[in-house]
Amino acid sequence: MERKSPLLKRDATKTILASIISILIGLVLGALIVFIVSLTNDSISVKGGLEGIALVFFGVFSTGRNAAGALTFGFNPQNWGNLLFRAMPLMMTGLSVAVAFKTGLFNIGAPGQYLMGTAATLFTALCIPTSVVPAWLVWILALLAGMLAGAVWGAIPGILKATRNINEVLACIMTNWIAANLVTMVFDMAEFMKNAEEAGKVAYVKKTIANGVATSKMGLDVIFPGSQVNGGILVAILIAIGVYILMTKTTLGYELRACGANRHAARYAGINDKRNIVLSMAIAGALAGCGAALYWLSGNTEFYWSTYQTLPTEGFNGIPVALLAANHPVGVIFTSMFMSLLNISGLQLKTLTAYNEYITDIIISAIVYMSSFSLIIKMWLNGRKKKAAAPPPKADDGQDTGKENAQ
Amino acid sequence: MTFLLQQTLIYAIPLLIVALAGIFAERSGVINLALEGIMIMGAFIGVFTVYLFQEAGIFDQDSGQLLMLIALGTSAFFGALFSLLLAFAAINLRADQTIGGTALNLMAPALVLFLINLITSQNTMNMYTGDAASWFMIKKTDLGFARTQDLGVLGETFLHKFYLTTYICIILYVVLSIILYKTRFGLRLRACGENPQAADSLGINVYKMRYAGVTISGALAGIGGFTFALTTANCASTGEVAGFGFLALAVMIFGNWKPLNTALAAFLFGFCKCIAAGYSTIDINGDGVYLLKEIGIDPNIYRMLPFIITLVVLAFTSKKSRAPKAEGVPYDKGTR
Repeated sequence: MERKSPLLKRDATKTILASIISILIGLVLGALIVFIVSLTNDSISVKGGLEGIALVFFGVFSTGRNAAGALTFGFNPQNWGNLLFRAMPLMMTGLSVAVAFKTGLFNIGAPGQYLMGTAATLFTALCIPTSVVPAWLVWILALLAGMLAGAVWGAIPGILKATRNINEVLACIMTNWIAANLVTMVFDMAEFMKNAEEAGKVAYVKKTIANGVATSKMGLDVIFPGSQVNGGILVAILIAIGVYILMTKTTLGYELRACGANRHAARYAGINDKRNIVLSMAIAGALAGCGAALYWLSGNTEFYWSTYQTLPTEGFNGIPVALLAANHPVGVIFTSMFMSLLNISGLQLKTLTAYNEYITDIIISAIVYMSSFSLIIKMWLNGRKKKAAAPPPKADDGQDTGKENAQ
Repeated sequence: MTFLLQQTLIYAIPLLIVALAGIFAERSGVINLALEGIMIMGAFIGVFTVYLFQEAGIFDQDSGQLLMLIALGTSAFFGALFSLLLAFAAINLRADQTIGGTALNLMAPALVLFLINLITSQNTMNMYTGDAASWFMIKKTDLGFARTQDLGVLGETFLHKFYLTTYICIILYVVLSIILYKTRFGLRLRACGENPQAADSLGINVYKMRYAGVTISGALAGIGGFTFALTTANCASTGEVAGFGFLALAVMIFGNWKPLNTALAAFLFGFCKCIAAGYSTIDINGDGVYLLKEIGIDPNIYRMLPFIITLVVLAFTSKKSRAPKAEGVPYDKGTR
């Protein structure tokens, strides 16, 4: 009997269920807000409200409005391509947060690492002349530079945590804002990188295509015409799989996870916990920096460098991506796509209705809020299972007994 | 000199009150990373209140101070209400407090920008009419002094061109610091942040105390948010407070979770912000020489400085840190 019905009882199933519940509650909340606004706001009719709700759930299928003014749905290659494009940086920052979580660290520093990666990538991609060095080599160098900058920026809180036992959350908040000011300062000085050709554009850096450096489309533009997608998404997926192998199949990954499970027990078992904490944060930083590199190397986006008052949302949104995936690297691939799906829905709301794209961020924040107590949801699921069918006494692993006690 | 002092005050006051907000939450045992989000919420609610009352035409320019007080109260109330989300997750559901706080930080700008866009069709909500200086700023002529009368450096700083919020925040800061250290309630609150089990064994309701800590924290952060919007952003809300909530966290850490040190830290960091904002126009001793401009240090360095100082201080004093021992740990009656 124990072998027969494992799927519903498996911890992974419960984790996925908990994530889906979080997502549903977030979406319903978003739909509710949209509907309430339509009731209270005179300029939006109830019909407009219902249209808004339809777009919250199925925005990615939207193909605009037909001649009669009604919303039409179907396969929209541009939406799907942009979904993949926007998922790319989220996937990397999500992986960044997930790797740190696995080592028991909360990497809230992804925005700063992302910014440092951005600066290093743009400098490398725009400063090495492609007349001397082939463009593909510049692309690789720029990617590596972004990863290196992110790694350095991630390692700082790691070192402080390992050697001085400083809470990594606080250290990350500090490094985030230092990065925000540092990047602004550096681009402030680099006059030659500014986009001066287009009038009215202040504080934007040139696109990397100005130097002939851009990620190859790899045929994806044929499948998704009119979208921004490029081969970077394939690189990102490969890296996610690589991180999965690193974390589960290698000694280093085992050591990192052991430090996350119990730092002191890991040290007792002969694992160098300090080295692993620094390493974990450096890997996390490199992943966030890589996300920035992939995003800006696509060549068709311009970086607004006067960032000293705001941090990039891609960095913070890595947190829900990782949480929803329960820090599983392969799960991150799907949750990052879900997050960018919400983004696309928001854009459709903005272009097609009187609402604006910020409803997406409300949904995402609700999901983060829900996932902060996903453990409770899981416990609730456990409780329901028990009522449904008295479970056989089982030899649990340590994790499950811990939850049992908490109940 | 007067200008320098006044500008420093303008930046230091929000930091001061929001850092106290952080102290109250952390001293009760809950890490409040959501300070930034609550500030954003408070700023929006305050500005929106002003907007609504002006639209309805209830107050005129002469009763601006009353309107300001109402807006301040509303933002405090909604700040407290918003922080209940964090309290509920952190205290009742024993959720991860950093993630809960991050969720609030994401939620506040999203909600605020969503509403602002619906109301004004742009990303900024300004006052319905007039500007902050003419409605809310108190000048020496309002206090009965002649326009030409010179009040000296201190008088010009504290009695001319100031906002009432400055004094409200300072008084609140002093009163609440005394409450935290000299009353039974304060002692109990601090006990819950140090050793909740021991506190519970003596009959203190840890949940209630932590709720009190977080709610007071939310109200103060709401006040800080509106103060920020009023004094530095011409009473406008844009869905951000320029990282002041996080800077206030740094102030609190730099001040070692103690009110007096934190006040000093707030003025130091406010000074850095002030120099960064107007370094090329500050004439320190009034001799026509712009010293800071001539030194030529990039304003970004001044903006970075508070965060770097905090990191360095953290690195060198982590052994002596007076961080509440039980902060961030959900209270579970079952554990010993």
